[in-house]
Amino acid sequence: MSTTQHDMVNRAEAGGHHDHHEPPFIRKYIFSTDHKTIAKQFMFVSLFFLVVGGLLATLMRWQLGFPSQPMPGGGVFPDAMMAPTPGGAIMLPEFYNSLVTMHGTIMIFFAIMPLLVGLFGNLLIPLQIGAPDMAFPRLNMASFWLAVPAGILMLASFAVEGGAAGAGWTSYAPLSASGEYTGVYLGQQLWLVSLAVLGFSSLAGAVNYISTVINMRAPGMTWFRIPLATWALFITAVLVLLAMPILAGALIMLLFDQTIGTAFFLPEFDGEPLLWQHLFWFFGHPEVYILILPAMGIASEVISNRARKPIFGYHSMVLAIIAIAFLGWIVWGHHMFQSGMNPMLGTSFMISTMAIAVPSAIKTFNWLATLWKGDLHLDSPMLYAIAFVSLFIIGGLSGVYMASTPVDVYIHDTYFIVAHIHYVLFGGSLFAIFAGITFWYPKMFGRLMNERLNKIHFLLTFVFYNLVFWPMHNLGLQGMMRRIYDFTQYEYLQPLQPMNRFITICVFILVASQSLYAISFFWSLFKGEKATNNPWNSNGLEWTVPSPPPHGNFAEMPVVYRGPYEYSSPESDTDFLPQTTPPRDRPAPAPVPTPQGA
Amino acid sequence: MNWSWMLPESFSTFGGEVDAIYYVILWVTGIVFVITEGLLVYFVVRYRHKEGRKATFDHGSTRVEVAWTLAPLFIVIGLGVASKGVWDRMKRDVPDGALEMIVTAQQFEWHATYAGADGVLGTDDDFTLVNELHAPEDRPVLVYLRSNDVLHSFFLPEMRVKQDAVPGQEIRAWFEAVQPGDYTLGCAELCGTGHTTMNGTLTVHTQADYDTWVAGQVAQQQ
Repeated sequence: MSTTQHDMVNRAEAGGHHDHHEPPFIRKYIFSTDHKTIAKQFMFVSLFFLVVGGLLATLMRWQLGFPSQPMPGGGVFPDAMMAPTPGGAIMLPEFYNSLVTMHGTIMIFFAIMPLLVGLFGNLLIPLQIGAPDMAFPRLNMASFWLAVPAGILMLASFAVEGGAAGAGWTSYAPLSASGEYTGVYLGQQLWLVSLAVLGFSSLAGAVNYISTVINMRAPGMTWFRIPLATWALFITAVLVLLAMPILAGALIMLLFDQTIGTAFFLPEFDGEPLLWQHLFWFFGHPEVYILILPAMGIASEVISNRARKPIFGYHSMVLAIIAIAFLGWIVWGHHMFQSGMNPMLGTSFMISTMAIAVPSAIKTFNWLATLWKGDLHLDSPMLYAIAFVSLFIIGGLSGVYMASTPVDVYIHDTYFIVAHIHYVLFGGSLFAIFAGITFWYPKMFGRLMNERLNKIHFLLTFVFYNLVFWPMHNLGLQGMMRRIYDFTQYEYLQPLQPMNRFITICVFILVASQSLYAISFFWSLFKGEKATNNPWNSNGLEWTVPSPPPHGNFAEMPVVYRGPYEYSSPESDTDFLPQTTPPRDRPAPAPVPTPQGA
Repeated sequence: MNWSWMLPESFSTFGGEVDAIYYVILWVTGIVFVITEGLLVYFVVRYRHKEGRKATFDHGSTRVEVAWTLAPLFIVIGLGVASKGVWDRMKRDVPDGALEMIVTAQQFEWHATYAGADGVLGTDDDFTLVNELHAPEDRPVLVYLRSNDVLHSFFLPEMRVKQDAVPGQEIRAWFEAVQPGDYTLGCAELCGTGHTTMNGTLTVHTQADYDTWVAGQVAQQQ
């Protein structure tokens, strides 16, 4: 096996981590260095934050659906958030601004990113490439345990005087730079510190993923035999490595402006507000590709397997991932077309932004071509993955409007943008997460999920998701701005009340429907059908080991003979052909036990 | 509830050009939407698993990849080129003879400073109104946009104008209204707890009425 695998396992042996001795509870479940356990830890914490983010959105939608009307149950909130009146508690604008800010922040940084990068990165990379664990297991443990205090700080900011951050998840200066503009002081600072700590968590993860993929692939696992999920996670890790330090720098500069008297972004002392935007979006745009690339990788795995057909254009899919990641560095100014930066830059950013539509289009066509003439098993992971493609198409197409600088003049900072981001982040990333959790659930927990509950969840989510977010395109085209506490203050927006109320009611149903997935998840842990090694008849290395795999993953060194998508191959008697199955015309080599399997 | 993808009517000279680009994009994305989603639905139904069904063992086609790389590339570059001219006219090329005014944004109101009867900013007959923009029809209006505190965004939806107001900078924005009437002035950048109240009106007068109005304002100031 590779030198790195050998060294790593030797060190693990020296630390007492091998099959013969069962580690104590706290080393096995709390401070674990096993990538599979860390993956589950990220999953549980992130799903909790997903629920929190959803509840914050529900509160926001109450205000938008029933502007400045007393909210049932609102009395449980402190007076600083909901003003008590004789008729009931009415949401205050300062709380609304915090809800907007924290919904975005929590969903992006504490739900979607750790689910895609923390859960799937940790779960899949070592298993799919044939490694016993990550390159640096203790660093991996640190990565999770840095994310937890970051999350606690973010939640705690709701409880401090002045409330949680209220300048948007984008935290534009000078609004965010001084509490005198928002009434939020400590909350804004905690937001910055929390994200800085989370940045270190992400960086540790990125270093691990990159090192592991480069150094620890099993014999025969060449670069172009790596599954697309791992490819996507690898490229994503490179983006994380390069983008997070920029965010960290910007966060520290803003924290200094808030606390120690610097003026990076404060114009009254010759600072430049636009500098924040450039720094934030130079990080922020690669960030959104961090949020979609792993989802694309997951979709490719599920679609190819459930269609029993090779992924169409595997090499193009890899090149498209790399192209998206590369181009993602030169489009940041499209968030700043109307910002006051030189209009000439608007044109250059428009061209690069238009160009980045192309690799995403290529991937979409390849998914469609994979479905074409396939043998489509429409179980719940496949349904979620197909919905991902369908909704990502909409999100991608809506992006073309805002890429055009003159059209962006009208739709910038309106609900058209809100529609776009939710089609790519929820319709895209979250549906892919549902697909991935459902698909790899048996590998994680040794049982299959409840297929009936999942299908009902899928149907309700798909329908109500579209009823919530499609009309937001229309609201934006009618001129409704983002982050607006009471749009009825504008006469021209008053006709939009019925649509906003409709969206709010659909949000209530959408959020309630998520309980079905939660019930399926927890019911299946105890009552789900027990899973074999390979319940989906899949080709990947992760499906050659038990469900769940033992510590160290592979008892025998895997040897890879082909790519991961040889479904319905004439070389096989069945409709799949695992990567590690020796070819018919060559005798199987003697299996080599791994140290952890000996 | 308005499910239409038609834009509300615009009332400025470049509004028509902006809306035209939007409709081109609507057609292009609409056709792509129908084709791709249609194929998706068709494939899901046509190729769903049935007893005896076998998938085709097909890894792809380089020719097809090149085709569906180049086609989108030409389309989006075309959209970019079409957009560039309109953008330059909106943001860079202010026509001659524009009526100048200063708009200063602050938490949470718009202060509009007019040049007064002499038509020159910075003289004694300048006057300032709060949340009230006035302009003559058929004449370019050049706004010098400022902010006294945080970022705001000067949004005239019916004129298809949006420009962020940045403290520490003076940014030019212009438009030419084509029809008298009352229009919306809004703030399109989160600027604090009063962001939602930062609305005003733009009143477009005929040229004659505008002159009368200015004279009346100047007289009131004295």
